[in-house]
Amino acid sequence: MSNFEIKKSYEEINSKIKSGKAVVVTAAEMPEIVKKSGVKEAFKKVDVVTTGTFGVMCSSGAFLNFGHTKPKIRATKVWLNDVEAYSGIAAVDCYIGATQVRRNDPLNGVHPGAFRYGGGHVIEDLIAGKTINLRAESYGTDCYPLKYFSKNLTIHDLRDATLFNPRNAYQNYNSAINTTKKVIYTYMGILRPEMANATYSSAGQLSPLLNDPYYWTIGPGTKIFLGGAVGSVAWNGTQHSPDTERDENGIVTGGAGTISVIGNMKDMSTKYIRGASITGYGTSLMVGIGIPIPIINEEMAFFTGLTDHDIKVPLIDYGADYPEGRDNILRHYTYAEMKSGYISYGNKKIPTSPLSSYPKALEISLKLKDWIESGFTVGVPQLQIPTAKR
Amino acid sequence: MESLNVLLIFRKEIMYKPIIYRIARDFNIEFNVLEAKIFPKQEGRIILELKGTKAEIQDTLNYFETEGVEARKLSDQIRKDDNICVHCGACTAVCRVDALYIDRETMRVLFDSEKCVACGLCMKACPVNAISGAVIDMEA
Repeated sequence: MSNFEIKKSYEEINSKIKSGKAVVVTAAEMPEIVKKSGVKEAFKKVDVVTTGTFGVMCSSGAFLNFGHTKPKIRATKVWLNDVEAYSGIAAVDCYIGATQVRRNDPLNGVHPGAFRYGGGHVIEDLIAGKTINLRAESYGTDCYPLKYFSKNLTIHDLRDATLFNPRNAYQNYNSAINTTKKVIYTYMGILRPEMANATYSSAGQLSPLLNDPYYWTIGPGTKIFLGGAVGSVAWNGTQHSPDTERDENGIVTGGAGTISVIGNMKDMSTKYIRGASITGYGTSLMVGIGIPIPIINEEMAFFTGLTDHDIKVPLIDYGADYPEGRDNILRHYTYAEMKSGYISYGNKKIPTSPLSSYPKALEISLKLKDWIESGFTVGVPQLQIPTAKR
Repeated sequence: MESLNVLLIFRKEIMYKPIIYRIARDFNIEFNVLEAKIFPKQEGRIILELKGTKAEIQDTLNYFETEGVEARKLSDQIRKDDNICVHCGACTAVCRVDALYIDRETMRVLFDSEKCVACGLCMKACPVNAISGAVIDMEA
């Protein structure tokens, strides 16, 4: 556990928000304030820093309840536009996962497969208000006699549609390179042979968990921007690992903390939730998340004041080490270096490309700033998710 | 010396007629075959890089027209739909001619169609299907 003191309370910040007096800035604006006025002044001046991220986030999906049929069915198998949803939950509940691919998809039969449609696309189509075909099968019981059900429906016909992503918003991540002699198709994009290009996937200085590196203000109960709607943090995410190495500022130097998030899909927008086809890999979901960081003490002002120049990302070989499960870091770079378009490795100049959208992340942080300035208060985390010693 | 990348479409009536060889002999064009495909009984497609003076290239395009060969500039082939694009940047990883590039100020993905050689790799890299266009393959 890390010890911290709350020097500016949630009550104080929220009463300022309610009276329209709160000072809210984005994580892209905060560094300038800290640079100009120092951490002490920045803490006094700024109440909330808004963050944002938008990118492919596996471990996403949605719980759907399609309402009781007449006669009733206790579904054992459910498909949405031919994409199977797990239905071993209850009679008419199912969970559509982002990476589930369509039935009869050729997969990587001819490598690299295109993976044109999957669970992520079903979620996008539902949010877009498009008509979806739902098909359910059952064995029939005395109370639920129906054995087969098929219906074309939209999200409005569903009783409930709750996006519930078990692991999102990775606190920092890898950058990827390919040292082999063959082009590889990965979830980190297309990596050309012999280190011809590198990719990375983080919003860097705008990324939610990088702005609260010890998760002091982010936990179950934190109200967030999720896919354009109000959502909340449900728990720490799966694979949450706070013990990842940290630098002198306390910032993790690789993938570490994660959160699970939840929100009403019916209020979301396809501007911030998109299905993704990753050539040679599969389908997934692009998720837009924004988290307000209350500046409860000077340290939070310090953390949110850090920039891409301060945050390090490990370079990993996705051609040889990663698939074999070898934890080998070629070296670290800063996100500022990654974002410049080139990194140097040995005497090689390697072009870099992002996979996570910085323009969208910025848009989300600004949108969240608008929300707060219009009275959206900061949620109080009800539990401390596992953290490390500061 | 100018350079122009074109997609040539030979309808079935002319697909087995020798046409290309004359552009070197009669129009002094230095050409490079970037890709070629025959769709039996339908049409033949070839992507050529044409190098020559402006006038020589224009004469060549006129010649193609008189022979009934449809010539499409590659810069008009690939389109990026900005209503679909989320500016993630995945396409810039595979674009070897920097037609797709990132504006470092805004980190937005921009497309310079003049530089595009219609290799089609961006269409594979784009996770949201924002890039479309005819490459060597026939439109579905």
